[in-house]
Amino acid sequence: MNIIRYIIQKEFRQIFRNKAMLPIIFMMPLIQLIILSNAATFEIKNIKFGYIDNDKTPYSRELVEKFNASTYFNVLSDYPSAKMAKSAMLNGDVDVILEIPQYFDRNLVREKKTDLSVTINAIDGAAAGVENVYVTQIIQQFNKNVQVDLMLYDTVNDRPQTIETIPLFWYNETLNYKTFMVPGILVLLVTMITLFLSGMNVVREKEIGTLEQINVTPIKKFQFIIGKLFPFLVLGLVLLTVGLIIAKLLFNVPIIGSIFLMYGYTVVYILVILGIGLFISNYTDTQQQAMFIAWFFMVIFILMSGLFTPIESMPQWAQLLTEFNPIKYFVQVMRMVMLKGAGFTDILPQLAKTLLYAVAMNGLAVMSYKKFT
Amino acid sequence: MKAANAIQVKNLTKTFGEFTAVNNISFHVGKGEVFGFLGANGAGKTTAMKMLIGILKPTSGKAQVANYDITSHANDVKKNIGYMSQRFSLYNDLTIKENITFFGGIYGLKKATIKTKTQALINDLGLHDEANKLVGSLPLGWKQKVAFSVSLLHDPQIIFLDEPTGGVDPITRRQFWEMIYREAHKGKTIFVTTHYMDEAEYCDRVSIMVEGKIEALDSPKNLKTQYKVDSMNQVFLKLARNIE
Repeated sequence: MNIIRYIIQKEFRQIFRNKAMLPIIFMMPLIQLIILSNAATFEIKNIKFGYIDNDKTPYSRELVEKFNASTYFNVLSDYPSAKMAKSAMLNGDVDVILEIPQYFDRNLVREKKTDLSVTINAIDGAAAGVENVYVTQIIQQFNKNVQVDLMLYDTVNDRPQTIETIPLFWYNETLNYKTFMVPGILVLLVTMITLFLSGMNVVREKEIGTLEQINVTPIKKFQFIIGKLFPFLVLGLVLLTVGLIIAKLLFNVPIIGSIFLMYGYTVVYILVILGIGLFISNYTDTQQQAMFIAWFFMVIFILMSGLFTPIESMPQWAQLLTEFNPIKYFVQVMRMVMLKGAGFTDILPQLAKTLLYAVAMNGLAVMSYKKFT
Repeated sequence: MKAANAIQVKNLTKTFGEFTAVNNISFHVGKGEVFGFLGANGAGKTTAMKMLIGILKPTSGKAQVANYDITSHANDVKKNIGYMSQRFSLYNDLTIKENITFFGGIYGLKKATIKTKTQALINDLGLHDEANKLVGSLPLGWKQKVAFSVSLLHDPQIIFLDEPTGGVDPITRRQFWEMIYREAHKGKTIFVTTHYMDEAEYCDRVSIMVEGKIEALDSPKNLKTQYKVDSMNQVFLKLARNIE
């Protein structure tokens, strides 16, 4: 036990002595948290909207006015021809083009039916989908108004029943993206720092040559590994604490669930990450190699965590892969506990899987660490 | 096997794929002996030494260090040996005192013991002003002396030194060898590799490794007589040249 204490003491001394490292460990994540939480939003606003009005009648103007009134669209310009509108889209000057055909007004009144052409730049498919929904909503609303207008001349009986849905948003009533993103980004920061630091730590001693000296001592593997990893567990928890304080004070993210549960889960989670880090360290010879491998896993873990894109919309094989993604569980648990106030039994599946993962990873890490080759 | 031998090596071999780094070597080192382990670069000295200190598994053959088998009882071997390598082995970002505390600590020394040992070490080396300085800021020669002293903290029976004086000035080398002799007089066994042939003359016995094999093993005096030359340098050159 004492031996482990000496290793921990040494690790902390080295961490706090490194003048360049300390700001990296603490300042970088906080700046990231502040910047990313504000910037990473899925809301699509300020859509660049252009139109071609071939009709130029009160109805066509009213339709354009509807888009103008919406906060989602910036009505840019009236293109004289479809050709010009197309070249504008090619240049990226416009995202959505609405083409109002000739006799729009006349067809609407006489035949109660007309076509509209909408062109959406779908390079970003997700954004295009959202834009499509907005456009459809506006046109439908316009449609309803027109119906009311026209019905004055018509029989009122024909008027179709409309069903209106009023959504209620639970757990994040105002659909505040920061509430959704902050817990997730906090997860990334805790993961990145602990993975990189632990991944580079042992390999660094390999590079300097001090690991050989350690291997010549009668120290036991588990003593060495616990002593090495414990400081990073502490650092990870400190980082979580600072992050939570910022989330609360700066972003006003609600923390409904139990803080203890959150910390308890985080401890298990960080053990997984440290196990992965150490495992990487054991199979690499230089810090550079370790860094690249850590990045490889990090990018896959982040993109498949459900933080930025919902796991439910991934293909089946990818969903299966996410079962092995520790970040997925951490993101889920953080959102559940922070925003929904989930209790121990609610997060039990995630906790059990993470625990299993921690045991497996650390087992592998201890096995692959060889004092004797 | 005589109990008086600190190191006993029999048919020790290490191969890396096709390459045989250490080829069937056998020798012994008596207790309290200063044993010089010589050889050109790449002759297999470091590989042989790594097997003896229990960080590299031999391909075949046996060896006992401090009466423990190096493969089956590597940890017992490690408790009884001190090791200082050519690659500088203290932490540059820790002070002298902190390095002593750490290495004393992981050898399981008691807190009070570490304290007295630290004081003794600093007194011996006359490093009162430097004790709280980072090791990285010390001149190489001082580092080597501190590293040597640190490898002695847990009072090992046998001390392995891998090119301990590489890159160090002649005066410091001289002082370093005085330190080695002092330990030998206390009954400790010294196993040292070196490239300096004047240092070889200080050893009780030397072995010369050429291409994985021990080509000569005797006292410097006997070797010089045997090869009819008057310095170890010439003995070394003769052996190494014969191979080419």
